[in-house]
Order: sequence, then structure tokens, then C-alpha cells
Amino acid sequence: MSVWDDLVGQEPTIETLSRAVRDEASMTHAWLFTGPPGSGRSNAARAFAAALQCAEGGCGQCRECRTALDGTHADVKVVATEGLSIKVEDTRALVQEAGLRPSVGAWRVIIVEDVDRLTERAADALLKALEEPTPRTVWLLCAPSLEDVIITIRSRSRHVRLRTPPVAAVAELLQRRDGIDGPMALYAARAAQSHIGLARRLARDDKARNRRHDTISLATRITGVGEAVLAADNLNKIAEEESVAASAERDAADKARLLETLGADPGARTQPPHIRSQLAALERDQKARAKRHIRDVIDRSLIDLASIYRDALVLRIGSDVELVNPDAIDKVRGLATLSSAEQLLGHLDAISEARERINANVPPLLALEAMALQLRVPRNLGI
Amino acid sequence: MTAAELSPLTLISGPEEVLVERELTSLVGRARDAAMEVVRIDAAGYEPGSLLMHASPSLFGGATFIIVRGLHEASDELQDDLLSLLAAPAEDVFLLVTHASGQRGKRVLDALKKQRARVVTCPAIKNDRDKSDFVQQEFSRARRRISSDGVRALVEAVGRDVSELAAACAQLIADTEGLVTEAVVDTYHGGKVDATGFRVADAAIAGNTPEALRLLRHAIASGLDPVPIVAVLASQLRGLIKVGSAGRGSPEQLASSVGMAPWQVKRARAALSHWSSEGLATALQAVAAADFAVKGGGRDPVYAVERAILTITGARSSA
Repeated sequence: MSVWDDLVGQEPTIETLSRAVRDEASMTHAWLFTGPPGSGRSNAARAFAAALQCAEGGCGQCRECRTALDGTHADVKVVATEGLSIKVEDTRALVQEAGLRPSVGAWRVIIVEDVDRLTERAADALLKALEEPTPRTVWLLCAPSLEDVIITIRSRSRHVRLRTPPVAAVAELLQRRDGIDGPMALYAARAAQSHIGLARRLARDDKARNRRHDTISLATRITGVGEAVLAADNLNKIAEEESVAASAERDAADKARLLETLGADPGARTQPPHIRSQLAALERDQKARAKRHIRDVIDRSLIDLASIYRDALVLRIGSDVELVNPDAIDKVRGLATLSSAEQLLGHLDAISEARERINANVPPLLALEAMALQLRVPRNLGI
Repeated sequence: MTAAELSPLTLISGPEEVLVERELTSLVGRARDAAMEVVRIDAAGYEPGSLLMHASPSLFGGATFIIVRGLHEASDELQDDLLSLLAAPAEDVFLLVTHASGQRGKRVLDALKKQRARVVTCPAIKNDRDKSDFVQQEFSRARRRISSDGVRALVEAVGRDVSELAAACAQLIADTEGLVTEAVVDTYHGGKVDATGFRVADAAIAGNTPEALRLLRHAIASGLDPVPIVAVLASQLRGLIKVGSAGRGSPEQLASSVGMAPWQVKRARAALSHWSSEGLATALQAVAAADFAVKGGGRDPVYAVERAILTITGARSSA
């Protein structure tokens, strides 16, 4: 057993990282992990952190390894945001922490999970710390691709690229780690397009499976303008509901905890002003979190939706690449016979355009409507 | 005028600031005329006990006129102080309370009403009819006359903000003589149009290209951002599509299923007779592209909206 076990399909990366652990000469003070969502960027960073702290270079069993993997190690700081961006105040605090010597371990490790979400000013605040590193401090930065990171950070760090793991490797991981049975693991790995976290969710949560099925079914159902607008409305509503369901419990718990730390009476009808302002700040954060969550959910369903057009295109041009949706083969066939390759490419373009627009702050509903109008098919296939 | 003419308890209730302000000014003037001391207390920054301090008899005698503003955001302390003052009314203390709206401070309101306070209501002036009535009242109070064309022109020009409207009325009353007509209003406010995103959208959906572009320019020039204009265009077009695909049925039945008010359904139906579903699709897609452009996807936000409007009116006429 070792810390690298859960990092599937990334053998070259593991080789590079473990050499850096063994040999001080191959070590550097800032690493930039990139790779498609779900390829295990942050897991790779955590595993690397554990290996650095472990006396045996990542045994996966000692206390150092386990706490580092959990993100509770005293010298491993994990920064992840649930808002839309990481603010400059947060990075300044981080820079200060980077100046400290490690307390128990060999290295002080700072993992920033979404470097792409740093605001411009926040990124600038990091530069100094990255350029003139404190000895024994390591920065592990994660981002989807190099282009998402500003060039001045890119040039100050060593780049590690993770690839999309093969479907079989993801399925094998699901079986081994989460005890999911074979066919289900394979289906989930394929449907999630090798996104490990998503595959696990699909395999375990039948609601997530249903939602994916509903999303994919839209492809063959949008025939008219009215249906398109309704379908967009549906996609948006599903995302909002999921966001509410996911966050309601957590929001309430956060609020209770805040009231408790402030020593306020949770039953009071109105809170004193200084507590009210803290509550308002919390609510603002929660709103930002909900907003990001809605966007993430929509983005995920758009990727699902794109997969069926991709499959149809694969069939249409007679390529022998593996399909993402072999379970919905009749829908894929229907789409492939109904539309030309150009139309299918147009549909894919419409979906990526919608994703780009939502990213640029266009109201999701409007972006989805414009996309759905583009996705209309000549007739209902009844599938 | 003597102090006796002022009511010892007055409640000004209603959210319309202009009217509240006007009532306050006249009452304070009267109190000053009667040589009263005028004390203003703001509910937001109230310090417990200060109300009772001001209400207690002064060493030099004389009456006090206490104004408590914003009962609707009063703290519990202020409410308690007000209640105890009301329970034991002091001599020579005149109390005036303003309350915009809401449930807050209801105990005080009830106590005031029970003690037969004089109540002045200042209802919100929201729609064009309220505004027209307001203008008419302003003129009749000054014993002047304004033609109905004049009222319409005035509301259209400066109606967005009630205090601006009141100021415009005061100016016209002071500067002109005789009947105020549309021509007179034009001399002062000609060329000014109170353009909102809704009026732009209405013109665009009605296929009136020049009017829509003119209103858009007015709206931008008077400080409206392109972003809300695009949002309104999107929601109006979305409404048309929803009503168009919802089938037959009375507006009332449809209203709940498409999430709109019955009058909106009726208007959408009337507009739909000039639209094909293909045209609506083109229009909505143009709006989505414009929304992206005004949020940083394009270089010139105003141009993006103009282009969307041209596409919308074009999509209609081709139908």
C-alpha cells in the first residue's frame, strides 16, 4: 500500500513525484498540477504532500500519511473555495503562513485547489512568495489547464500534467476502493467520462443516475421552440433544486455554529446589530456558494448532454472510438440518422457556447434557452 | 397660530418620502411659530432613555415638539420608551411619529390609534395614474390648472422619481401663468423621455425599430445600464414563447401555468399575432448573444443591444 494507490492511470506523474520525494535535487518549491476535471489533481497534490511528510516516502499507513491525505496535517494547508473566486485577503494570510517553518513535518506544504479561481489581485499577492520561497515551504497549485493560470504564476512553478485516466482504470478503482460491483463501476466510469468523483457519485446515487438520464433524453425531445424553452427551464430548475437540497442543511449548520461561537441566543427573534452583521456576511457567502453550485451542476449536465451528441457524431462518421453512452444506444442511433455530421458539430458548438456564456455571467436560463433553441431536432423520435 | 392648533399626537404613515417630508415641514413650521422646541429623534441611532429625557418638563417651561422618524425600523428600546410616554402623556409635549410600512412597531401604532392620534397617510406613488393624480393635486393646491396633455407630458418626462416630479411641478407653478399645457411643459422638459427597459422591449417586440432605438439611446443617456435592458428583452421574449406554446385557455388559467399575470398573458397574446415561433427563436438567441456581449464578451455594450434590437424587429417583420 502507498499514498499513490488512488491515483489511477497517472504512472508517469507518480514516477516524477516520487523521484522528487526521494531525491532533494529533483525537488522544487512550487508545483503546478493540471489535468481535466476529475483526473485527481487535488488528490495527486495531497498524495505528494503525504509522501513529503512521510518518513518512508509515502507508505500510506503512518500517521503523517493519513493526516496529510485527510488535509488535517499540521504542516499541510489545503485551500479550496466554494465561492466563485479566492479573494486577495485570503491569499495574503496564506503568504504569511508560507513564511513559517514547518512545525512537525519535514516540509510546510500549501495546497491551493483552484488556482484558476484566484482573482487577479489575489494571484498578484502570491507572486512574491512564489518567487522568493522560504526554505522548506512547498506550494502545490492545481488548475484545470495551464491557460487558466496567469502567466506569472505559470513561470514560477514546475508543471505536472495529469491525463484523463482510462475508463478501465477508473472502474477498477471504484471496485477496489468503494466496493462497487463490476458492471455498475464500468457504466459509471464511462458515463462520467473518467471523472473519478463523478463516477463514484453516479455509481452510488440513483438520483444522480436519473438526472443524467433525464438530461440525455432532452436531446431527442426538443422539437419546437416552446419545448426548447421548457427544456431550458427544466435544466435550470433541476440545478436550482439540487443546489437547495445540497446546501440547506449545511447552511443551517453553519449558522448555528456561528451563533454558538458568538454566544448569541439562536431562538431570539432579532439579533443584536453586531451579530446581525456577521450573519449577513455569512448569508452573503452562502449565496455565493449556492450560485457557484448551481453553475457547477448546470455545467455538469451540459457535459452529459454533449456526450450524447459526441456519440452520435462518432457513429455518424463511422469512427470506432468507444461510446460514452452505450446504454442509450437507440437514442444515439436516432440522432445519428436524423442529423448530418455538420448539424451534430453545430449542436456541440451550441453546448460549449452556452458553457462559455454561463462562465461569463450570462444568466444560466438565458444561455440554456439559446442553446436549446439550437438543439431542436426535426421530429420527435419517441425514444 | 397657537400650540393648541397642533394635535398632541400625530402619526404620519406611508412610504412616500416626498409627502412625508412635506407634512413634516409644515408641522415643524407651525411648531416653530408657536415657539416650541423641536427635537428630532432618528429611530436607527436611538439611545435608550433619550426620548423620556426630551419629554420631561424643561426648567424654562415651554412646549416641546418631538419628531420620531422611522418607527418601522425602531429598536425594542425605542418602542418601549414610546409606549411609556404614551401611557403617561406629559403636558406640553407634542409627539409626531413616522412609519413607512411593515409590521414593526405595531404596538406603538395601536397605542397611538387608541389615543386618537391624528393620522396622515402618505400612500406610495407607483404607477402613472398615481403620478398623474399627484400632479393634478399639486396644481389644484396652488389654485392653478394644467391640461391633461400637460400632465401626461410632465409624467413622461420626469415621472421616474416622485421628488423630481414634485420639484418640476413647483417650478412650473412658480414660473408660468395661466393654464399649463403640453407646449408649456415642453418648453421646460422638451426632448426628455423617461425610457425604461420595458418601454424599449415593448417597442422592439412591436416591431417599431426607430422607436426602440430612440428609447434605447434615451435610456442609456439617462444612465440606465445595458445589462438590465437585455434582461428585460429576454424575459419579455421568454413570456411570448411560453404563452405561444401553452395553447388555448383563458388568460387566468394560463397565468398560473406559465408564471405570469393575466394581463401579461393578454398582452403577449396580442403581440403574438405578428410573430412566428421561428422568429421568436431567432430573437431570443440574439438576446442571449447580446447578454454575453454586454458582460465583457464584446467591445461595445450599446452596439450589442442595438444589434439585438435590430435582429428582433427583423425577425418579426420576416414572420
